[in-house]
Amino acid sequence: MKTKFGIKEVVAIGIGTALFIVLTNVQVPFGIIPNTALQSRVAVLTFFAAVFGPVVGGAIGLIGHALGDALFYGGIWWSWVFPDAVFGILVGLFAKKYAVKDGGFTTAKIMIFFNVVQVIANAIAWIGLAPVLDILIYAEPAEKVFIQGALAFVGNIVVAGVLGTLLAYTYSKVGGKSSSLKKED
Amino acid sequence: MARLLTYSDKDTWIHRLSGVTKLLFFLLWSVAGMLTYDTRVLLTMLVISLIMYKLSKTEWRQVGTVFKFILFFLCLNLLTIFAISPYQGTEIYGTKTEIVHLFWHYTLTREQLFYEFNIMLKYFTVIPVVLIFIVTTNPSEFAASLNRIGISYRAGYAVAIALRYVPDVQSDFTKIRHAQEARGIEMSSKASLYKRLKSMAAIIFPLIFSSMDRIDVVGNAMELRGFGKNKKRTWYSGKALTMNDYLVMAFVVIFCIGAMAVTFHDGSRFYNPFV
Repeated sequence: MKTKFGIKEVVAIGIGTALFIVLTNVQVPFGIIPNTALQSRVAVLTFFAAVFGPVVGGAIGLIGHALGDALFYGGIWWSWVFPDAVFGILVGLFAKKYAVKDGGFTTAKIMIFFNVVQVIANAIAWIGLAPVLDILIYAEPAEKVFIQGALAFVGNIVVAGVLGTLLAYTYSKVGGKSSSLKKED
Repeated sequence: MARLLTYSDKDTWIHRLSGVTKLLFFLLWSVAGMLTYDTRVLLTMLVISLIMYKLSKTEWRQVGTVFKFILFFLCLNLLTIFAISPYQGTEIYGTKTEIVHLFWHYTLTREQLFYEFNIMLKYFTVIPVVLIFIVTTNPSEFAASLNRIGISYRAGYAVAIALRYVPDVQSDFTKIRHAQEARGIEMSSKASLYKRLKSMAAIIFPLIFSSMDRIDVVGNAMELRGFGKNKKRTWYSGKALTMNDYLVMAFVVIFCIGAMAVTFHDGSRFYNPFV
């Protein structure tokens, strides 16, 4: 695996983070519980992690969430920043396997694999990590944070599953250059 | 689209401080604010935050919209905590002083009010500092600062690119949204959940794919200029640390250690006025 942190990665983190920040308040709220919604920025995070790998995914989750919170809400909720970073890293770990850039993300098998990874990563981040950090750092009531975590889990699975999969599929079809040459008869 | 907080160029001693100092201050301050539930510490921090807000000459119109937004979420959060765990305060402070019985199993207790008052204080001690940090720190100087405290310049540069391209991506977003609205998609709350998810996709797809092109363009430009060739780089907007920087850093470190000592000296992070 290429671990070098090259120019493409630097720029991908920069632009990906900018996208993540801009889309911070483009969301469809669930309405009942505060701070939970179908967040379009989750699609950005999932897609960039799948294309560029764990370093870019983790960095966009961490920097994007922290800066986005600070710029829009004037406060940073650290216990929800780290789960986003962890989610980006976990999804990104298998970037080689999805091969989105090389046009490999077109078979049903790889899409199912991607979604399994995505659901597990979401579970670890939002049902496991986020509520536990909320309780440890902010001493918030357990019932409340687990309800919020569970809602974030459901919302993010929907966004990452529907928009994330479609984005990776479309990009693989359009941008997949390494396999677009066909031998002439 | 809500208005973002942005840097504004003024000449106060807070503006003149190096980005490193402000970053360190902001990080330590928010960690202290996160950890302590000691009302006395929180009140002291609140007073200091407000004094700094005054000194930074931040105007209300710069931060007003964002502040109202935070206030709204704060109220919502406090109400939710009461709705789901009305006796969290009682559990923490160990006593139960009822004020008035509301309905069903909801009774308003003094402990709960005090607990939620502390949560509110926690918000208010950190908010002014975040606001000040953002409106007084030049983004380019901030990236230089990250490099100065030992973070790799590539990471610093990634942050600089992010801050640099937020306005560009935002204007792309607005253009795409207007174009799609002209074609008849509905983005307001009148549409159903499924419809809104679909219109969300109609904006995100072109936005992300045009950004992927932009990554290639910017990446190639940086490659042509030899980015990443050397181990170090210099920064146009980097600032040397001054006497004031060291004084502020010393203050925040000592203050945070003191705050932690006061908070944890009796083994609990809560200040308990009930026993």
